[in-house]
Amino acid sequence: MSLSTAEPEALNTPPEAAREPDRAPPAFQSWGRYPKYGAKVVPLNWQGDFPAVLAGSQDSALPVGLGRSYGDVCLLKDGTLLQTTGMNRLIDFDPQTGILTAESGISLAQILDFAVPRGFFLPVTPGTKYVTLGGAIANDIHGKNHEVAGSFGNHVPCFELVRSDGSRRLCSRTENPDWYAATIGGMGLTGLITWAQLRLRPIVSRGIDYEGIQFHGIDEFLDLKQKYQHVEYTVSWVDCVSTGKNFARGIFMAGDHSKVPGELKPSPEPKLVFPFDAPAFTLNRLSVSAFNTVFFHKQGNAHVKAVHDYEPFFYPIDAVLRWNRLYGKRGLVQFQYAIPWEHAKEGTIAILREIAKSGLASFLAVLKAFGDIPSLGMMSFPQAGIMFALDFPIKPGITFPLLQRLGDMTLDYGGRLYPAKDAAMTAAQFQTFYPEWQRFARFRDPMLTSSFWERVTDSTGAKPTL
Amino acid sequence: MSTPAILPSGTSPGSDSTAKITKKILVLGATSGIAEATCRIWAAQGAQMFLIARNPEKLAAVAADLKTRGAAYVGTAVADLDDTDKHAELLSHAINSLTGMDVAYLAYGILGDEPRAEQDFEHAAQILHSNFVAPVSLLTWLANFCVQRHAGLLAVISSVAGDRGRKSNYLYGSSKAGLTAYLAGLRNRIDREGVTVLTIKPGPVKTAMTASMKGSEKFADVNKVAATIVKAIDAKKDNLYVPFQWQPIMFIIRNIPDRIFKKLNL
Repeated sequence: MSLSTAEPEALNTPPEAAREPDRAPPAFQSWGRYPKYGAKVVPLNWQGDFPAVLAGSQDSALPVGLGRSYGDVCLLKDGTLLQTTGMNRLIDFDPQTGILTAESGISLAQILDFAVPRGFFLPVTPGTKYVTLGGAIANDIHGKNHEVAGSFGNHVPCFELVRSDGSRRLCSRTENPDWYAATIGGMGLTGLITWAQLRLRPIVSRGIDYEGIQFHGIDEFLDLKQKYQHVEYTVSWVDCVSTGKNFARGIFMAGDHSKVPGELKPSPEPKLVFPFDAPAFTLNRLSVSAFNTVFFHKQGNAHVKAVHDYEPFFYPIDAVLRWNRLYGKRGLVQFQYAIPWEHAKEGTIAILREIAKSGLASFLAVLKAFGDIPSLGMMSFPQAGIMFALDFPIKPGITFPLLQRLGDMTLDYGGRLYPAKDAAMTAAQFQTFYPEWQRFARFRDPMLTSSFWERVTDSTGAKPTL
Repeated sequence: MSTPAILPSGTSPGSDSTAKITKKILVLGATSGIAEATCRIWAAQGAQMFLIARNPEKLAAVAADLKTRGAAYVGTAVADLDDTDKHAELLSHAINSLTGMDVAYLAYGILGDEPRAEQDFEHAAQILHSNFVAPVSLLTWLANFCVQRHAGLLAVISSVAGDRGRKSNYLYGSSKAGLTAYLAGLRNRIDREGVTVLTIKPGPVKTAMTASMKGSEKFADVNKVAATIVKAIDAKKDNLYVPFQWQPIMFIIRNIPDRIFKKLNL
C-alpha cells in the first residue's frame, strides 16, 4: 500500500468548510481592498509545486504573497493566484557575510524573528513587515534608508527563477543578468522566484536613536533633509488637509540603529485587530483634520530625541492588524509618486495644494527623499528626488477623477507612479512612466499576468471607473 | 518484530567540544504542516532530530530549514511508513543516527476521501492502515525500545474526529478512534515503566493549505498549535486537545444521545 503522508491539519478540517459556497468578498484581496476580483487561490507550499499546479490549466496565473500591495498588481481577475506563503523555509545563513538564503514566501516578519536574535536586520524594510521576500523583490520595495541603501533588489545577490515551461534560471548580476533585471521590480510576471539570497546587516540592539522635528512647508522639509543626510533612516509625515499657515506642515523623523548593545530578543505578536469595516463617514475632513492636529502636536516639543524600539519606528501601523478596514468596505486607494529633483519641489507643492483643495481626507501621508543609488530592476519605481505617498478613501465620482489629475500632474513634472500602490493609472500614463515596458514585456512568462498588467498595457486605453 | 538490540554508546552526532545536552527527537511524517512547525521550535532550542518522510525533495527542504534555525543535528531517511515490514530496520537506523531517543513524535496519517471510502472498501482499508495499523506497528517497536530503558516519551497526533464518529468523516474518525484507544491502553501499560504516552487531538488548523477554505480565518494558527504541543511534551502530559476549546466541545459532542445525534448533520 502506498499512500501520501497528508497534512494532519487538513485531516482535521471539517469537510463542510470546503463545501460552503464562496460568497463575497473574494478569497484574496489586495491591501486597498479595491478592486475586488474573484480568483482561484492555489497555495504553493513547496518549491516543486510550480509549475506542476498549472498542468492542464488554460487559466492565466500570478504568484502572490501576503497581498500587501494596494491595488491590482497582486490580483488577477478570473485567474489563478499562486500563493507562496507556505513556501517559507530557510535554506542557509552565513553569519560571516550576513547572507540569508530562503524560500520566497517567507515574510520579512519571519526573517526578523530569525535574524534579530542573531544580531542582524533587514538591509531595506518597507513600512510593514508583513510582505514576502518574493514580493519585496517583485516590487523592488524601498525603505526609509533609500538614500544610503538604494532599494531592496540592491541587497539580493541572486535568486532562482522558474518559468511555467519548467525551465530554471539562477539569476544574478553576472548570471542571466537580463532576467535578473527584469525580475527585480518585475511584478511577479517573469516567473516564480522559488528562493532568493538577501544580504542582512548587523545590529547590536533593537533600539533606534530617534529624532522627531516639526516642520512647516516643503522648504523646511528640504532643509531638514539636508541637515540629516548623515542619518540612515529618514521619513516625514505630512498634513495633507490643512491650508494657509499650516499648509504642508509635518514631522520629520530620523533614526539610526543604536550603537549601544542591547537585548536582541524577538518581537512579540501583535495583539490588536481592527474589529470591523468602518462606516463610510468615518474618514471625513473634520475627523482627519482633528487627527492631524493631534498627531502634529503629539510630540509636545518642536524637536524630540529618544531611543525607540525598531517596531514602532519601522512598523507603527503593523501594531493594528487589518487596519485597512478603517476605510470601510469600499476600500482605499493609494497615490504614490517619485518626482526627480529638477521639478521635485514645485511638483510636490502643486500636488499637495491640489489634494488639500479636493477635501479628500487622508491622514497617512508620507514624504521622503529618494537617493541616487540606481535600482537594479528595469521596472523599478525609485528614482532620485521626492517620494510622496498617501491613502484616499474611495468616494464614488470624486476619488478617481482626482487620481487622474494627480497622475497627469506627476507626469508633467517628470515623475512616475508606483505600480505596487496603484489602482488608477492609465495605460498612457504607465507607458510614459516606464519607458522600458516593452523590453520588459519580452521577459514576461506567457502563463503569467496580472490585472494591473492587463490594465496598463491595454491598447484600448480603458480606464477604471467608479 | 524483534526487540531492538542495545545501541552502542558513542558521542552524540550534534555534540562538539561543548557538551551541551539537547533533546533527541524522532519525527515520523516530518513534512506535515504541524510536524514542521513543531520542529522549528525544537530547532531553535538546539534539538537533535531525525526526520522520516516519503518525499525526498520536501524532506530535504525541511531538514535544511531546521539546520539553519539552529538544530544541533538533523538526520533524515526517506521512507513510506505504510510499509510496516521496514519499520524495525528504519527505526533502529534512526535511533542509531541520533544515538538515542528522548521523544518520538508521530505525525503520520492521511485524510482520505470520505465519500469514496463509503463505497470502496479498498480505500477504507487504506485509511485504516495508514492511520491505525502502521502507527501501531511503529509504536509497538518504539514502546518496547522505551520500556527497556525506562525512559522516553511517545507523542502521537490523533484527532478530535476520533472522539465520536460523524457522517462527514467517520472512516478517518474511526481510524483515529482506534489510535486513541490504542494509546490509552499503551499508556496504561507503560507509564509505570517510566514512559510517557501523549495523545494529541488537534481541531482544524490554519495553514497555507487550508487558507482558501471558507471560515479558515477562524482555524487555529499552526505555530500556536505547535507551541502548545511542545509545552505539553515538556510537561509530560497524557492528553492534549489543541486548541483547548475542543475539549469542552468534544465533551458535549460525545454526550449527545444517539436518538438526537443520528439526526444531526455533523
